[in-house]
Amino acid sequence: MSEAVLNPYIRPVEGGLAEAELLVPSMHCAACIARIEKGLGGEAGIDRARANLTTHRVSVRFNPKALDLDGLVGKLGALGFPATPFRAAVDKAGTDREARRLLIALAVAGFATMNIMLFSVSVWDGSEMDMGTRGLFHWVSALIALLGISVAGQPFFRSAWEVLRTGHTNMDVPISLAVILSYFASIGEAMRGAEHVYFDAGVMLLFFLLIGRYLDHRMRAKASDAAQNLLALKAVPATVIEADGTHRTMPADEVEKGALVLVATGMRVPVDGVVEDGTSDIDASLVTGETMPVTAGKGTKVFAGTLNLNAPIKVRVEGRGESTLLAEIVRLMEAAEQGRGRFVRLADRLARLYAPVVHVLAAITFLTWWGLLDAHTGLMRAIAVLIITCPCALGLAVPVVQVVAAGRLLMAGVLIKAADGLERLATIDTVVFDKTGTLTMGELTLLDPTAIASADLAFAGGLAAASRHPLAVAVNKAASKGRMPMFDDVREIPGAGIVGFHQGSEVRLGSRKHVGVGDDALPATGPELWLKRGDAAPVHFAFADDIRPGAAEAIATLKAQGIHVMLLSGDRAEVAEKVAGELGIADWRGGCHPDDKIAALEELKAKGAQVLMVGDGLNDAPALRAAHVSISPASGSDVTQTAADFVFQGKSLKAVTLLLSIAKRTKRLTLENFGLAIGYNVIAVPLAVLGHVTPMVAAIAMSGSSIVVVANALRLRRAKAGEEAA
Amino acid sequence: MSALLFLIPIALFLGGLGLAAFLWSMKSGQFDDLDGAAERILIDDEEDAPEGKDSDQSATR
Repeated sequence: MSEAVLNPYIRPVEGGLAEAELLVPSMHCAACIARIEKGLGGEAGIDRARANLTTHRVSVRFNPKALDLDGLVGKLGALGFPATPFRAAVDKAGTDREARRLLIALAVAGFATMNIMLFSVSVWDGSEMDMGTRGLFHWVSALIALLGISVAGQPFFRSAWEVLRTGHTNMDVPISLAVILSYFASIGEAMRGAEHVYFDAGVMLLFFLLIGRYLDHRMRAKASDAAQNLLALKAVPATVIEADGTHRTMPADEVEKGALVLVATGMRVPVDGVVEDGTSDIDASLVTGETMPVTAGKGTKVFAGTLNLNAPIKVRVEGRGESTLLAEIVRLMEAAEQGRGRFVRLADRLARLYAPVVHVLAAITFLTWWGLLDAHTGLMRAIAVLIITCPCALGLAVPVVQVVAAGRLLMAGVLIKAADGLERLATIDTVVFDKTGTLTMGELTLLDPTAIASADLAFAGGLAAASRHPLAVAVNKAASKGRMPMFDDVREIPGAGIVGFHQGSEVRLGSRKHVGVGDDALPATGPELWLKRGDAAPVHFAFADDIRPGAAEAIATLKAQGIHVMLLSGDRAEVAEKVAGELGIADWRGGCHPDDKIAALEELKAKGAQVLMVGDGLNDAPALRAAHVSISPASGSDVTQTAADFVFQGKSLKAVTLLLSIAKRTKRLTLENFGLAIGYNVIAVPLAVLGHVTPMVAAIAMSGSSIVVVANALRLRRAKAGEEAA
Repeated sequence: MSALLFLIPIALFLGGLGLAAFLWSMKSGQFDDLDGAAERILIDDEEDAPEGKDSDQSATR
């Protein structure tokens, strides 16, 4: 068991113990937490188990001499919770630390703001305050502000310093300038015993901006957390057969070239390689978009992500050479990425414009008043301008809307993976769909089951129960309503079909060849199975890939909005045409390779179209990258989900239209918020230039505009009921 | 006005206490699982809660 310590999923801790994290997606309530923690905690060899409901992970501290990872997964399974070992990404600790730092800064800024306000409000009221008390209040405020600014200001100072060093400017430069200048000017004012100081304004500014920063950061961290969970669920550990015949479980990406990997029945192939031993049907629908499985024997290449359907196979791992499919896909993805061009977020575009304007305005104010009156007045008024223009409302305008939108989408089962995805989505005018697994469910169903004699269906269903082949699963599902006979001595022959005996007579289910039907018996129109009971005439079963629920409505809605809808399929042209016809898509192409899809997207782009690509297969991944913005269903391959900007869970394609409508409303609300923030500046800046902005006016204007912006963003949540009904 | 001389330090001290409590609770991981914290109150007996076990770990191990 000493190997467990070397396992990368396990982290050694003090006292000879080890700690592992397990992903438990089905945990969702207090009872689940109690069952997991008590169930595991009572086991021998487990020191403690702690469930985290937010991340759906359980961290277990155990004795590696008494237990191993498989044992832990087995114990959780026995409690009724299927679990997957989870290996946190390396940068996880980094984002956690960043979130913590922002939260500490936020807390300190909040503390400082409240306590300085305590003094400021008394000074503003000030009717019965003498000079000495006012001075005392100012100095205490200065002390608190020093603490607040030196802690809470750091995220801004650091970022401003970084860009200044490279000779650029961003939003953080005027912010830092306003905070630091106002602090030192206020110290000077306090020394003179003047009436107005701006200690409260500086820390309040930091407080509001930090709220925006923290929300923004948390949303992104949450999205990447969810994406990591998805990937961990898909990541299959590889079972490597060592030279001495022992088996060892390790993460697929650590398997070395030339190693021999065992792929059990019903498992996904974890690596690219060549079959060394065994024959089985391989379902490659996630990789190629082809619904029908192919038979793989000795010497056949198999790809990571494909599903092994009927027999265990041993695979010799190939290096990530240029010839592998994954390498080709990755190369295409990299090329597509370069062609995409950098998208500049609205807020950044505004900030680029805003920062220089603010600097110039403050400088002009200073110089003008210096000329007209004196340097002191000029400085104070320039500081007032910097404080007023500082983008409290702007800093909140985008993050708050984004957070509300992300919350809405999460409820609908949609994960945001790219921070600027919603913004890009709002501008699209063309939607390109993949077929298999996107417009269709990617699984086959029996056509017209009522036309088949119920006895035949029952026999086929009973026999099919022995196989994981998609056609067999479909037959078994169709027959599951009735009683099915029992079979003896059932064998599955990869690439052919199933044989079994019922009361001594042979029953066969499978291909034409398997049951002995000639090619001329019936023209083959699509996926099919034949059943032969004893000497009776063979019975034909035909299959088709079901259309995803909500697909027709989603496409109708898109068309009604004047969006061009297109179908690009890797499947054969006839199949693509049939699906396109059923869904009313006029523009379709079949038989597309990954590079054909990219070419089609480039063509659209050349015509000036902004394309949303929806796809699930590995073969769609490059196209997802090449498109302006992309969506993948959660049933897609892991590479696809990494490439996509959004991932939706659940079966219905309505998620796409919901996403689109939320993206549009998000953009509108963001623009409204910008409008409000800028409108406030238009009113307040002239006042500041003219010297009418006392610290009190600044405080009211800052908090007022921030509240208005937040309230406006919350409207996105309120209008929910009507939209869901529509 | 002499009341201010001790009222101000008291006010600041109490505020600082709140800040310190927040920073402590964050450092000790109480904000790591907010959804779980909301649900845990429904679990009946907490006598062998992980925290308890943590603190007397040296005794058991």
